[in-house]
Amino acid sequence: MVNLRDKGAALWEGWNRPKRVAFVIILIGLVGLLPYGGDFSFTSFLNTPISSYQAVLVYPVGMYVLMALGLNIVVGKSGLLDLGYVAFFAIGGYTAGILGTRTHLNTWEILPIGMGTAMIAGVLLGLPTLRLRGDYLAIVTLGFGEIVRIVALNTQSIGASTGIPSIPTPPKTFGIKFDIVHNTSYFWVVLILILLVIWMIRRFTVRRPGRAWEAIRQDEDVAILMGVPILRYKVWSFSIGAAVGGAAGVIFASKTQYVAPNMFTFNVSVLILSCVVFGGMGNMWGVILGGVLLAYLPERIRFISNARQLVFGIALVLIMNLRPDGLLPRKKREKLGAAKKAGE
Amino acid sequence: MNFSVVVNQFWPLLINGLAVGLIYVLISLGYTMVYGVLRLINFANSEIFMVGTFATVIVTRDIFKFTSAHDALHGFKLVATLLLILLASMLFSGVTAVLVELVAYRRLRSKGTNRLASLISAIGTSIMISEGVRILTKSAPVPTPRLLTKFNLISIGGVDIRIDTFLVIISAALIFFMVDRFVTKTLLGKAIRAVSMSEETSKLMGVNLNRVISATFLIGGLVTGAAAFLYMQVYETTVFNVGFNLGLAAFTAAVLGGIGNIRGAFYGGLTLGLFEQYASAIIGGQWKAVTVFSVLVLVLLFKPNGLFGEAIQQSRV
Repeated sequence: MVNLRDKGAALWEGWNRPKRVAFVIILIGLVGLLPYGGDFSFTSFLNTPISSYQAVLVYPVGMYVLMALGLNIVVGKSGLLDLGYVAFFAIGGYTAGILGTRTHLNTWEILPIGMGTAMIAGVLLGLPTLRLRGDYLAIVTLGFGEIVRIVALNTQSIGASTGIPSIPTPPKTFGIKFDIVHNTSYFWVVLILILLVIWMIRRFTVRRPGRAWEAIRQDEDVAILMGVPILRYKVWSFSIGAAVGGAAGVIFASKTQYVAPNMFTFNVSVLILSCVVFGGMGNMWGVILGGVLLAYLPERIRFISNARQLVFGIALVLIMNLRPDGLLPRKKREKLGAAKKAGE
Repeated sequence: MNFSVVVNQFWPLLINGLAVGLIYVLISLGYTMVYGVLRLINFANSEIFMVGTFATVIVTRDIFKFTSAHDALHGFKLVATLLLILLASMLFSGVTAVLVELVAYRRLRSKGTNRLASLISAIGTSIMISEGVRILTKSAPVPTPRLLTKFNLISIGGVDIRIDTFLVIISAALIFFMVDRFVTKTLLGKAIRAVSMSEETSKLMGVNLNRVISATFLIGGLVTGAAAFLYMQVYETTVFNVGFNLGLAAFTAAVLGGIGNIRGAFYGGLTLGLFEQYASAIIGGQWKAVTVFSVLVLVLLFKPNGLFGEAIQQSRV
């Protein structure tokens, strides 16, 4: 268990290209077939007791993984603590709500607009606040998340506390239907988005922005001395994370066909952040594992429904105390730098 | 927008702002002192406050057996009862705070791991406490029996000051004064200040770090418990998530005054309380939280060390 991450990496390093491609295709195929897992007797343990299993795979599981990956760019890669990530989710959701009900744009056309809106919000929030010290940034982002919710709650033209009902579902695309009974189609959309984000993060990590984020996370002062324009890269990281949150919001709104302020509370931000830290900050696969576990388990143990948040709290404390770097922590080499910084 | 209300209601708003602000001051001490020694946000402080409000209800209702229909208490008996309830509330919150430190921070601190892990562990503790209470109370608001008959104590120039407002202002100011004296004058207070200046050096000087940190949490918890008691005398109802908004406001107050700075928290709390009262009178109560955060963001942008940040070094925790 301790070196699961390193073992996986070693195995991967040992493969040649065709082997890797085959592995990835098989893995994606298996994940894509997950919604059918509830239908067969030998995999029926996956079924969730109260909500439909296919629906759970879309929200919360898929959505949480998507948002956790987005937040991981901000928190895990560049070390900026964002406690108001739900704001971007809400902005995406409300963009879909407003444009979907008042214009003739369909979900696929709204998706880039929602991402853009969230990104602009990220830049507007980031430019002034990313100069701040870490803890202050945490509290300002927390405040921003609440402000977005309160503004939605108090603005009559976007439905105030009742929110926006009857948001259209995506149109039939490539013969795939999207409506309330076809949860599987939504799952595939979310899966494609997740794959795109994974691809994007992998590209960024080996290029200039990734190196800049790594430098900023490990030691800001040194990064400045080495000529990294830290504010620019922080704003980039922040707004890319925001765009992913916005995308999740758009898909979420068109799936539930309804958005309301009480869907976007501080608890969601905390949950997403927990996915990131629980799984292993900075390590994409850890974050995915964290997202799957934290989203799926509460649904699976819904028979103790009243106490599931309590169990969640206890689990957070236990895991953080036993494995402070998360279930699948990042590489040792990177951790060494972080430990040095913490020890100062 | 209604500006005339500020002119018409100037004095009543001022009195309310003082009372709310002083409650913020007390809660923000729980944030600012812990931040001083640990350099971490005490995320569970809002839950420590919540525990205090429930302790007040339980002691009033179940131990003293007061009901909402009981005969009003007078004189010595009233004062003694209130003091006992205050002490109980402080005790419950103080013990909770010490437990929070043990559960959420101690082990991680001794390992010297990353700050985010501590933060998540504190968030987890906070969820644990509030969910526990939510399940026990079935999410329902819980009222406390009224002990103080709410009469107008004095009337100055047509402005009435109610007995509960008066009680809040006087006791909160007194408690703050005591904490301030404690931190500046006693040996333990000196140790707390030393740890907040430099953990390493104070260890070399023979300060028992774990004891000082526990003591800081205890004091923060006691003061937050007192705030909970005072809050209950005015608002008389509590619910499992009562601490959330108050905690955020109190944290804002702490940042306003420069986090880690005890006297700063005093000015920060008062400024925020007054600002909030006038602002919500002008633009409507539902925007209260927004005004609080706008103040926070503006302060952090222009004075990142808080309004009273580095000026009062002497009383820095």
